[in-house]
Amino acid sequence: MKKLMFLGLLSVFLYACGGSNANEAASKSASTTPDASNPSYDPNRGEGKFKSVDISGSLDATMAEAGSKIYAVKCGSCHKITEEKLVGPGWKGVTSRHQAPWILNFITNTDEMLNKDPKAQAQLEICLVRMPNQNLADTDARSLLEFMRKNDGVK
Amino acid sequence: MRNSHIKLLATACIGIAIIFNACKPKNVGDAVSSDAAAKAYVAPGKYDQFYNFVSGGFSGQMSVYGLPSGRLLRVIPVFSVDPEKGWGYSEETKPMLNTSHGIVPWDDLHHTELSQTNGEIDGRWVFGNANNTPRVARIDLKTFRTAEIIELPNSSGNHSSPFITENTEYVVAGTRFSVPPDNVNGDVPINSYKKNFKGTISFISVGKEDGNMDIGFQIQCPGVNFDLSHTGKGVSSGWFFFSCYNTEQANTLLEVNASQRDKDFIMAVNWKKAEEYIKAGKGRKQAVKYAHNKWNEKTHSATSDIKTEVTVLDAKDFKDLCYFIPCPKSPHGCDVDPSGEYIVGSGKLAALIPVFSFTKLQKAIAAKDYAGDYDGIPVVKYESALYGEVKKPGLGPLHTEFDGKGNAYTTMFVSSEVVKWNIKDLKVLDRAPTYYSVGHLCIPGGDTKKPNAKYLIAYNKITKDRYLPTGPELAQSAQLYDISGDKMQLILDFPTIGEPHYAQAVSADVIKNNSVKFFKIEENAHPFVSKGEGETKVVRNGNRVDINMTCIRSHFSPDNIEGIKAGDEVYFHVTNLEQDWDVPHGFAIKGANNAELLIMPGETQTLKWVAEKAGMFPFYCTDFCSALHQEMQGYLRVSPAGSNTPLMFSTGKNMPAVEATAPAADKK
Repeated sequence: MKKLMFLGLLSVFLYACGGSNANEAASKSASTTPDASNPSYDPNRGEGKFKSVDISGSLDATMAEAGSKIYAVKCGSCHKITEEKLVGPGWKGVTSRHQAPWILNFITNTDEMLNKDPKAQAQLEICLVRMPNQNLADTDARSLLEFMRKNDGVK
Repeated sequence: MRNSHIKLLATACIGIAIIFNACKPKNVGDAVSSDAAAKAYVAPGKYDQFYNFVSGGFSGQMSVYGLPSGRLLRVIPVFSVDPEKGWGYSEETKPMLNTSHGIVPWDDLHHTELSQTNGEIDGRWVFGNANNTPRVARIDLKTFRTAEIIELPNSSGNHSSPFITENTEYVVAGTRFSVPPDNVNGDVPINSYKKNFKGTISFISVGKEDGNMDIGFQIQCPGVNFDLSHTGKGVSSGWFFFSCYNTEQANTLLEVNASQRDKDFIMAVNWKKAEEYIKAGKGRKQAVKYAHNKWNEKTHSATSDIKTEVTVLDAKDFKDLCYFIPCPKSPHGCDVDPSGEYIVGSGKLAALIPVFSFTKLQKAIAAKDYAGDYDGIPVVKYESALYGEVKKPGLGPLHTEFDGKGNAYTTMFVSSEVVKWNIKDLKVLDRAPTYYSVGHLCIPGGDTKKPNAKYLIAYNKITKDRYLPTGPELAQSAQLYDISGDKMQLILDFPTIGEPHYAQAVSADVIKNNSVKFFKIEENAHPFVSKGEGETKVVRNGNRVDINMTCIRSHFSPDNIEGIKAGDEVYFHVTNLEQDWDVPHGFAIKGANNAELLIMPGETQTLKWVAEKAGMFPFYCTDFCSALHQEMQGYLRVSPAGSNTPLMFSTGKNMPAVEATAPAADKK
């Protein structure tokens, strides 16, 4: 099957990186006007270090298994793997609702995304609990994505 | 706008000061200058320049302030229980307060000392002493938590502690009360003091990497009161100096009877020599009993071991180990300047401050220039060790710190002032009033080789009219002075917790970047951890019930628990699944006879709770965690002893299936 490449607008835009310390992050409220009007913001990619993600058409079972374990420790308290919302939305269909870089950026750069990203903010208005940053390593985040894909039927 | 406010404030302060002038030291009117507020101002959201670790005195804890703002950042529980943090109440923390006398829930923390490398503060640990039931604590500055507590045998009233050597090789602990040693019968007449009582100083070794404390050796000395101490450094490396009073060896009405002699002593100890004797097997093994308690960051639990032996050197048996230097009138502070050459003794009742020279002391020892001996320990002639005296410094000198620019600053308890004087020419350069009755003082790094002398903080025993009245008991206070210029300038007053004695301060850069933000859940090795809700469970074993529970914003799992019976001992092992900074969860259950838990991200803590009677017992999160914090709750159902309510636990599943009204509990 064809190899899919999720491409962010990688070299076109430079994002201000670092600089934002905890104090500044905390002082930004969720009601800050989102950057949706900012043409440099790509709402499909979100804000964070992931610009594109190499994804094979078929499932990486080892990675999905690792992701399943991380899910049990760090995610399962709030997210079901069905469509049912618990504290946060159910994961069924998440990989078709969001592009891969967006998912990886959201789960690794949670606070900034909640402060900035229109889709993340819309979700927060429904759930009302800011998703905790669970301090996932990049490889952990990627494994979780694979677990989400498995949950969405990729074989 | 801000400037005019500041001026107004300053004018008001001066006005008030004039009104109260009658009972104050002179020159109060100009004690606060107009730019004081600006100097102590740290804008909202900005960090302070210094951490200030302040002893809590009879609170038993250590407080952490930011300087120059004087903002209280944290109170670290050390020797006293703290129900707010579950310290001494959770099953994991109880062993930290264990001693040879069992659990001791309170103590009196007098002095703080930051760890050093090459005579400079390295920001790794801060030590504190327990004055009442003699112990020394090590606090880890990555977590700002008490990591270790060691008890001291043969001691009572651990006052001249926890001062350290230049590379934190040792923390010392000198006994304030001399007592009969622990291995002999202490049931002797009190007035047999001279015969039966001994003064012991302990050298606690500190692991270079892990900080692990162990009693390296003790030196048994004549029965006197050891008061304070400081390490030699630079030229006096390898030596330690202890002030002692009650060389009269009085056992009653010390106020009078221990103030008879014109001079008491500063005891100089050659600890490198002591190490040699220990290595050569010259120490005497003595049977004792003391507790050594350690916190494990992986199991999130403490262990307490009782140790049974200590190695002792008898000072009188080793002629080149200890020397007494006569020091006027019950010396209190015993402070060594940054070069290590000058040793300042502060005789509480003396009208002068003697400054001793280490070089002269060495010459006197080499020449055996002794005035005699005291219980077998050589007494060096006063003049032979003396560099000079600061004349008429003030009344009641107590403690001295240094600025690294050739000056010393001494607190005067009776005349309520800090006096700045030059070490070389011994001339008084400046005086600043304190409000009132100053005890200790602190300059960042002021007892090290490298002071960072921007500020001086005076810790006062009496505040009287400084703050709004709060009934008979008033806060004690700290006062911040800018000492960057020639004259000391008072810029801020701030209240403190407990009673501050000694304090230390260090540039924030040395510590702030090492601060742990959360504990990794993957590394949690607590025996009752739940790594994810899938691992939560409730297990009955006789009348003991273990509940492995998780919490995350914003629910507990399980949050419905049934089948507990009256008389059960229930252990709530609560794991915080959060992996983010500043998101602790609290756990409290109705009727708990101990306290709450405050569980840091990634940590597991345990609350023991005894089910007294049948009924419904709600539990909830005490630390506001999210918009749905008020929903973070659960129920524990207790059935009568002997009932057959099945053990059940769930989250989000225990929906009404049948019309069940009380007392249908045991229908099934």
